[in-house]
Amino acid sequence: MAAGEHKVMDEGTWAIETKGLTKSFSGHRVLRGIDIRVARGESVVIFGPNGAGKTTLIKILATIMNPTSGVFLVNGLSARDSAEAIRRSIGVITHQTYLYGTLTAHENLEFYCRLYDVPDPEDRIEELAALVGLASRLHDRVGTFSRGMQQRLSIARALLHHPSVMLLDEPETGLDQQAVMILRDALRAVTGQRPSIVLTTHNLERGLELSDRLLILAQGKIAYERPTRAIDLAGLREAYCECTGVRL
Amino acid sequence: MSFLRKTMAITRKDVLSEARTREIIFSALLFALLVIVTFNFAFGAGQAELALVAPGILWVTFSFAGVLSLNRAFVPEKEENCLEGLMASPIPREVIYVGKMLASFLFMIVIEIISLPVFALLFDLPVFSGQLVLITFLATVGFVAVGTLFAALAVNTKAREMVLPILFLPVVVPIIISAVKASGLALTGGSWGDIGNWLGILGAFDAIFLVVSYWVFNFVIEE
Repeated sequence: MAAGEHKVMDEGTWAIETKGLTKSFSGHRVLRGIDIRVARGESVVIFGPNGAGKTTLIKILATIMNPTSGVFLVNGLSARDSAEAIRRSIGVITHQTYLYGTLTAHENLEFYCRLYDVPDPEDRIEELAALVGLASRLHDRVGTFSRGMQQRLSIARALLHHPSVMLLDEPETGLDQQAVMILRDALRAVTGQRPSIVLTTHNLERGLELSDRLLILAQGKIAYERPTRAIDLAGLREAYCECTGVRL
Repeated sequence: MSFLRKTMAITRKDVLSEARTREIIFSALLFALLVIVTFNFAFGAGQAELALVAPGILWVTFSFAGVLSLNRAFVPEKEENCLEGLMASPIPREVIYVGKMLASFLFMIVIEIISLPVFALLFDLPVFSGQLVLITFLATVGFVAVGTLFAALAVNTKAREMVLPILFLPVVVPIIISAVKASGLALTGGSWGDIGNWLGILGAFDAIFLVVSYWVFNFVIEE
């Protein structure tokens, strides 16, 4: 295959498609055959208790971690053949900010602009700093920022390269209400188009609010799946308790 | 070009970070100077004896100062969970390796540039020669080539400060021995022809370590 040419496995409408994904750590199976499909522009929330495998699934989809078995496609590209092209189309926000405390906000964003080959990095940095309300702190060291400010800067970092797929692993950790609103607005503002989103969270109410479809992950398997419009908060609580055995 | 540009972005980031904190260079340099001064006092005045042991002292100093420096190579990435940020970026894993290796190389060269004049002054030996510069350059390349790989391996372990020297020093023994032998000849007025074999061995180990570490890094960093 020539450089820059990527193998398209499926030209369908799926932004993300996984087939039989499993992941084991030292013999312990964390994911036990995950089959999910996320349409372009669709927002899917994954609920689940601690240890259910949510973070592992996000890391695999972000190509940070390899699955033990199974395959997945992002925008029709196979992770096995086109991991770099997939990473170029993905923005990742987790409770870890991926920011360097010794560098300023501007230096952090500039660094990631270089890694993602962002054109006109100065304009993009200023635009996103304004979006997340950090324009006045752009030249301050990230180590001096509060947890909420760091998380807001992390949102800017993830949006630098106009990703078409957003992976969010409990992104609201440490965020105040204002920052949650910024996150929601930022996701809607990406390149004027709605990105495909996979979001994991413990917060049932916020997950319902942000998604088109919800999944419950329990013991490494998808135990429940519904369109968000087909369920209310009380119904979700009941389903969550039933699938996970966790009382809310 | 893209590979080089992204490699330099990682190196630049590490250098900028070090310029702010001075964690690596300050601690390794302090250690190196203390070792040189201590050995100078321990071996006393005899010039003949000093010339005999000086190459060993020099490379013991650089080796352990290098271990101190390499121990910190991946710590900021781990402590601030930025390694995942790098791994989620559209760059080959090898870019991370080469970028980190270049930064470690620069830090070690700075330590050596400051330590060598102190060594020359205290031991009264002719260290400012083309021969010793080339020996130091080649040995440092091999040292950081394999050290960066082991630093990435050790950073995921609990006792990383102990794990790195235990894994790393036995592997770089050929580099250290070649550097000591070549430096001994250079400090006692040996010709380029005299040290040629040792330079060849250093160059060969550099090439082997660079190729193998570059190739293996992907597997080390993945899990």
